[in-house]
Amino acid sequence: MFSAPPFWENGPAPGNFYNFPNLQPQVQQPQDFRQHSQSPVTTSTSLVGITYDKGILVAGDLLASYGSLARYRNCPRIVKINENIILGASGDYADFQYVKDFVEQKVISEECLDDGLALKPKSLYCWLTRILYNRRSKMDPLWNNFIVAGIQDGQPFLGTVDKHGTAYADKVICTGYGAHIATPLLRDSLDKNPQLNLAEAKALIEKCLEVLYYRDARSYPKYQLGIIDVEQGVSIEGPLEVPQKWEIAYHSKRF
Amino acid sequence: MSLAIRPYYPDYSTVPTQHHFNPYADNGGSIVAIAGNDFVIIGADTRLSAGFSIYTREQNKLFSLSGTTVLGCSGCWCDTLTLTRILKSRMQMYQQEHNKVMSTEACAQMLSTMLYYKRFFPYYISNVLVGLDNEGKGCVYSYDPIGHCEKATYRAGGSAGALLQPLLDNQIGQKNMLNVKPESVTKERALSIIKDVFISAAERDIYTGDSISINIITKDGITQETFELRKD
Amino acid sequence: MSSIGTGYDLSASQFSPDGRVFQVEYAMKAVENSGTVLGLKGSDGIILAAEKLILSKLHEPGTNQRIFNIDKHIGMAFSGLIADARQVVQIARREAADYRQQYGVSIPLKYLNDRVSMYMHAYTLYSAIRPYGCSVILASYEDGEPTMYTIDPSGVSYGYHGCATGKAKQAAKTEIEKLKVSQLPCRELAKEAAKIIYLVHDELKDKNFELELSWVCKESNGLHQKVPDNVYQEAERAAKQAMEADSESDTDDL
Repeated sequence: MFSAPPFWENGPAPGNFYNFPNLQPQVQQPQDFRQHSQSPVTTSTSLVGITYDKGILVAGDLLASYGSLARYRNCPRIVKINENIILGASGDYADFQYVKDFVEQKVISEECLDDGLALKPKSLYCWLTRILYNRRSKMDPLWNNFIVAGIQDGQPFLGTVDKHGTAYADKVICTGYGAHIATPLLRDSLDKNPQLNLAEAKALIEKCLEVLYYRDARSYPKYQLGIIDVEQGVSIEGPLEVPQKWEIAYHSKRF
Repeated sequence: MSLAIRPYYPDYSTVPTQHHFNPYADNGGSIVAIAGNDFVIIGADTRLSAGFSIYTREQNKLFSLSGTTVLGCSGCWCDTLTLTRILKSRMQMYQQEHNKVMSTEACAQMLSTMLYYKRFFPYYISNVLVGLDNEGKGCVYSYDPIGHCEKATYRAGGSAGALLQPLLDNQIGQKNMLNVKPESVTKERALSIIKDVFISAAERDIYTGDSISINIITKDGITQETFELRKD
Repeated sequence: MSSIGTGYDLSASQFSPDGRVFQVEYAMKAVENSGTVLGLKGSDGIILAAEKLILSKLHEPGTNQRIFNIDKHIGMAFSGLIADARQVVQIARREAADYRQQYGVSIPLKYLNDRVSMYMHAYTLYSAIRPYGCSVILASYEDGEPTMYTIDPSGVSYGYHGCATGKAKQAAKTEIEKLKVSQLPCRELAKEAAKIIYLVHDELKDKNFELELSWVCKESNGLHQKVPDNVYQEAERAAKQAMEADSESDTDDL
């Protein structure tokens, strides 16, 4: 039977370029065309937040790690957003800076309107939830755990949002390793004394950071403490130093 | 690289760690709903958790959509937040367009449609919707994450759903019992069964506990109640 | 300007034979119909003042403001059509935000002025659109350095020590020239600005007006904001006293 000869010999297939030594392409084509960064790079560890009788304390150390390397040792991650909001972040530091930048721009834009209104803590909390949820839905999450602390209608508000957009408000919120180590300590204290005053709350936070510094290998003894008080307003203290007592280590059999 | 030439270090991983982002989280929680002739009761525990962490012990998971309709959600909390927010605005849009409150049946259908709309990236929630129908009779609708909807008179959903449903089948549905005459459940009995089953669930399921919030819907409106569970 | 454009005034994209763009000149007329606005650059900052004419007694006080914040450190005052000006304000705010997002610092006024004036100029080039019917004064205080520009509907901009636009711009400019503006501190300039606004206000044609005063200076920590109440009251009092003294000396002459 007659059949048509091939289009042309030793040449490129119709529609393709000539490939001289006839090598197969060496570069493997990406299989997934929408591969976003799916892991954090420069990370910061736990945040500890607690409500006291007239406000909220949020503390976090100043370290940004590169894997297990203690890479950057002066990275503040508790910031004042306006006169009644503090924002804290753990997780990827670059993502935090990105979020911080556009939240700050939002605050400036609102200040420009000069209508006497300011962003409220619950609004910021809700807004962040939507942003983080939208990013997780694109499979390109902002790899952070945020803590929003503020005063709204004279009441302290402490809320958190994670990289999925999971959000909740509580009297005690810790992120990262602190969720396992500090939360039980704080909840226990709050069960025994639901109305802590500022000094008691400060002592409690300091204790938690001390324990975290002993146990969390990605933690650092220099930390910042954000305070938001119904009467005193916002202040961010620091760098402060975690009290350390390593002598007790020698009493442990493991050393 | 073949395994033969890759050195083995017991303390260090020799392959690059690969994170894979999982957009879903299981935040646990259980829902139980029982409908009667002129009432319906829905209860949800208030524990929000992930793995071995308890995020908060006081998270309300019941969302009232109208004066006669309540939705209970458990599963992926970020999806719940999103879904319930959209539902709330859809309820408002319906009210403004039609100048009346959406009926329970309509809510049930709308929820199903909204879940199915996300068929290929579902809301990972087990939903139980309860309310009074147009005759004032209690009804329960339960859903799978992609919008399958079933009408029932009692339902358990969420992390302890599989644990509790057979118990409800027996106690409310009078299944596998001999010599019983079918009778409808009273409000008092429904309430006490809900409390009892949650106590049982809290014993066995680590994602259920702390306390339950209960909504009792009758023609007079919604009354709320809480009941403490074990907190460990 | 010939009152009949002889057909060359129907489009901003067409010159007249003697080399003018009538649409732009008409836009400037629109500016001259509105209340006077002035800016004074002193030794430690800038004062912006506006004569906000009140067209109806039923208006709420404080509405239809003539001075806006663009960024923390930049203020803008305008005269002309308020709706047009609001659009310019929006553009300026967006440019300031874009700059901050890209470079992480607030936009220098020089750049903002360039961007906004280019934008306004673009509206003088096409037949389908009309130029903006407003002139704006941009003021900032950056690193101890006060800077001020005005932009006309044509898109032309100049830097100034003291400037005025609007109804009585000539009278206001004459008054400003009498002052040694660059040697005075802002608190003094606030009074001078108020005096000038009261002086150039035409009581016969326009009955009521509201004085708007804002500053961006050392005292406000480089932020652009409304002047504090006490400064405002002091300025207003000084202006009213000056007016009274003026009218008394007028009667003396008679």
